[in-house]
Amino acid sequence: MTNVEYGIQISYIVAAILFIRGLKMLGSPATARRGNMMSALGMLVAVIATLVNTEIITDYRWIAGGVIIGAFIGVTAARLVPMTSMPEFVALFNGSGGIASLFVGWAEYQRSMAAWSDGVVAEGAPPIAFTSTAIYLAVLIGGMTASGSLIAYGKLSERINSKPFLFSGQQIFNALLLAAIVGCGVAFVYDPTEMYPVFLVAIGLALILGVMATIPIGGADMPVVISLLNSYSGLAACAAGFVISNTVLIVSGSLVGASGIVLTAIMCKAMNRSLANVLFSGFGSGATASGGSKVMGEAKPISAEDTYYLLEASSSVVFVPGYGMAVAQAQHVVKELGDVLEANGAEVRFAVHPVAGRMPGHMNVLLAEANVPYEQLAEMDEINPQMETVDVAVVIGANDVVNPAAREDENSPIYGMPIINVDFARTVIVLKRSMASGFAGVDNPLFVGENTRMLFGDAKASLSAVLSEFKES
Amino acid sequence: MTLILLLFTFVLAIFLGLELISKVPATLHTPLMSGANAVSGITIVGALLAAGATEDSQMGVILGTAAVVFATINVAGGYLVTDRMLAMFKSKDESSNS
Repeated sequence: MTNVEYGIQISYIVAAILFIRGLKMLGSPATARRGNMMSALGMLVAVIATLVNTEIITDYRWIAGGVIIGAFIGVTAARLVPMTSMPEFVALFNGSGGIASLFVGWAEYQRSMAAWSDGVVAEGAPPIAFTSTAIYLAVLIGGMTASGSLIAYGKLSERINSKPFLFSGQQIFNALLLAAIVGCGVAFVYDPTEMYPVFLVAIGLALILGVMATIPIGGADMPVVISLLNSYSGLAACAAGFVISNTVLIVSGSLVGASGIVLTAIMCKAMNRSLANVLFSGFGSGATASGGSKVMGEAKPISAEDTYYLLEASSSVVFVPGYGMAVAQAQHVVKELGDVLEANGAEVRFAVHPVAGRMPGHMNVLLAEANVPYEQLAEMDEINPQMETVDVAVVIGANDVVNPAAREDENSPIYGMPIINVDFARTVIVLKRSMASGFAGVDNPLFVGENTRMLFGDAKASLSAVLSEFKES
Repeated sequence: MTLILLLFTFVLAIFLGLELISKVPATLHTPLMSGANAVSGITIVGALLAAGATEDSQMGVILGTAAVVFATINVAGGYLVTDRMLAMFKSKDESSNS
């Protein structure tokens, strides 16, 4: 190696250290922001180290053009995206990482082809079969990440129906698809120089695979899918690292791959379901979700004024937000109400279920946006043992994550899923848009519970009404 | 030998990643995910090499440039959006000052 090459490799090691330190610091709210900057610095180091490699890079014009266009799009999107839309934008960024890895694999295939057909392998380089396998994997994983993320984006932003999409023969189709992908892979690795058409077919198959893997998954299971796609985008970068024998790609790609796996496992555990069940069952489609016993009973409505009296007399209040809070954009008024209650002498906490919202930690981000300090955010395991001492639990746009059927009704499709036990609080106030009047068969026995009061209407409007009662008094 | 070293690095990095992430509190899952997502934009290194190697193959340069565009979106957008989110996470003292 020349001195420049040594310098480049050492810079890559520095970059890897910065990534690892950065990810570690992302684990605590106090250091997270610096951690992210450290990780960004690592990326800058890696990019500069790559750019000085004049042995390979002979012309900077194409690079400059690409970087300018990409930076413009990325920066604009990052500035404009509202916090409620974060899940779908993370999906889009994921997808662009995936497609980039696909293109890297493809470009490297183009570059290597001439040398390979002469039967020449550079000294010290891995055997052709190894590199071509890596190219195939980079293109395959990158492609399915890209198309899968696009579908996830569509579902999350409700541009396409977020219900699970199932058709008869789906499993047979998927099995054939997988067989075709393996077949193309074997043919491609056997003789990469002659197999360009097979390679192009494989790209198409990878894109179809990503779509097929994402469409059967329902809206409520999106946190799992996003975590999984996150993992894939890392593994795609990792495969691209094997293609160009580059350690910094392999290390960082693996870190991301592993982090996605960890989050996926946490999400599955929070729903008490196996990964296979989430991926293949089409859970949440009409057929399965209506299972479980119907609960009969009368929901007891409450007015904003009575809610005020109840809250005014409470010394301990817990808010339980769900995706409905994001839809109603109610996080700011929730925070304001929390402040008023705290000034009134109550202990105020926000209990967030691990799978509330459309991506892991989504509710926490929205509450942080509304300036809720992170000390007030409680996790499920923290709040549940104390629930009996809570005067009022206010449920805002959450449903499954507070459904006692998960604890008690063995026939319920969500039986076994850990929930926030709001029904153990002295009083539960559920904010809900509407419900069929009087006696109704509901899937959530919480709504007709003895100590439950329903505050009907738009969450934001209802809370504002309660808040104005406080201000008038 | 190179091959074995690369695989070795890969295996170690996966285990390191599992250790590193498993202790992150639920509050930070979204920023962690988008921050990790930005790191996966490291594929930009491969993209830069492909887009700059103009002597080898014209098609390779075009594909490489496309890769540069998408990887840059991933990197720039990912880090910025993560920073935007993390800037909002405040402790009790900080939020009363603001």
